[in-house]
Amino acid sequence: MSEQPLSSDLKPIPGAPLWLLAELTYRCPLQCAYCSNPLDFAAQQEELSTEEWFDVLRQARAMGAVQLGFSGGEPLVRKDLEALVAEARRLGFYTNLITSGLGLDEARIGALREAGLDHIQISLQAADAEVAAAVAGSPKAHAKKLTMARAVKAAGYPMVLNVVLHRHNIDQIDDIIALCAELGADAVELANCQLYGWAQLNRAGLLPSREQLEAAEATTQRWRERLAAKGQDMRLLFVIPDYYATRPKACMGGWGSIFMTVAPDGAVLPCHSARILPMSFPTVREQPLQAIWYQSDAFNRYRGEDWMPSPCRDCDERHKDFGGCRCQAYMLTGNADATDPVCDLSPDHHLIEAAREEAANDQREVHELTLRNVRESRVFCRE
Amino acid sequence: MNSTRVYRLRPGWRLQWEEAQQRHVLLYPEGMVQLNESAGAILTLLDGERDVTALIDELQRRFPQPPREEMTADVEEFLQDAANQGWIRHE
Repeated sequence: MSEQPLSSDLKPIPGAPLWLLAELTYRCPLQCAYCSNPLDFAAQQEELSTEEWFDVLRQARAMGAVQLGFSGGEPLVRKDLEALVAEARRLGFYTNLITSGLGLDEARIGALREAGLDHIQISLQAADAEVAAAVAGSPKAHAKKLTMARAVKAAGYPMVLNVVLHRHNIDQIDDIIALCAELGADAVELANCQLYGWAQLNRAGLLPSREQLEAAEATTQRWRERLAAKGQDMRLLFVIPDYYATRPKACMGGWGSIFMTVAPDGAVLPCHSARILPMSFPTVREQPLQAIWYQSDAFNRYRGEDWMPSPCRDCDERHKDFGGCRCQAYMLTGNADATDPVCDLSPDHHLIEAAREEAANDQREVHELTLRNVRESRVFCRE
Repeated sequence: MNSTRVYRLRPGWRLQWEEAQQRHVLLYPEGMVQLNESAGAILTLLDGERDVTALIDELQRRFPQPPREEMTADVEEFLQDAANQGWIRHE
């Protein structure tokens, strides 16, 4: 009855992918400065068609995938979302829509319900409209999100609210949790932003201080006690930024272990960030998913522990964190095979300390961060 | 435990048999509980109508070996635990 033990033997026989993240599009009406999409997303043009997505869903389900996230970009931009949900549900997936809430209205909530959608996760940027507008580059989004969260709840969906935390909104956490409680969330992910993609670009302007982080965690704990005392069942999940950890996260439960992402153009990735790595990933237009998952060089590259460098190779914790995150190792050291520098046993851990130092000296206001949009992205397409 | 209590799965959660995993799983927003055989057997029978007594009657019909007293204790312990974890609810 417990979570599946994530084994990491010397010569692993990979299990089935249990999770499929379907990134339907990189198009999005918002411009969040911490977006995890690739910096050069504007270079991606041709999205998979409805039929191609149907085929991906059928293949993944046949392999054993059962949790499905529709994500992006903003998945509601796709007019065929309802059709994709209906097919996914028919196949037996548990279907999660991961959305900004923009593009949703009551008619669409009803149509998605009809199609069999199981769950809607809405993201909030802040407790107040002003900070939300600055970080997402949209003045009206906040009010619209609140209206849609109420409509989602009224339609009887379980609702997870996701709030990406950073130095410009983390001090509002008390108000943020109060807002989520008022909206009737079943769970709230208070996730300090993961420093990939656009968040990595804006890293020094996003990373909170240790004092901010500790205060926010304490507030969250007080809320847990208050909710329990009131008998209100709203789970609060607080995720600290990697840069304040001393051991790396078990990224994706291990490379190619339980999770796969299919990007808008059909590239199959072990996580949604992996296309930054200096390696190539096959697409569903070229090969069957089964072959990509079990046989491709990309998915086998960091399975098991043969690839591990020192100090991971001899570390007792290598089965727990799998050497951490390959993208983080690559972004920080230029070497995707390195131990994740988050680990304080890594010879590169000083890079994390330097990044914290850099952030402490960054004076940028929230409106001075680089927003994620096509114009900014074209700069990276040319590089 | 009140033996007339009627449990059901938490709204929006789904129990299903997974052929690839050869077990029942409980699916919820962005997560999954992988169930062992007895947990799967108990949760499958929570239809929102059977109370705890009827549930144990049905389990006894399907699995006659364990003595009723023993099964009752095990099932009640499981239901309490599942309720504490938020998997199931009662009116």
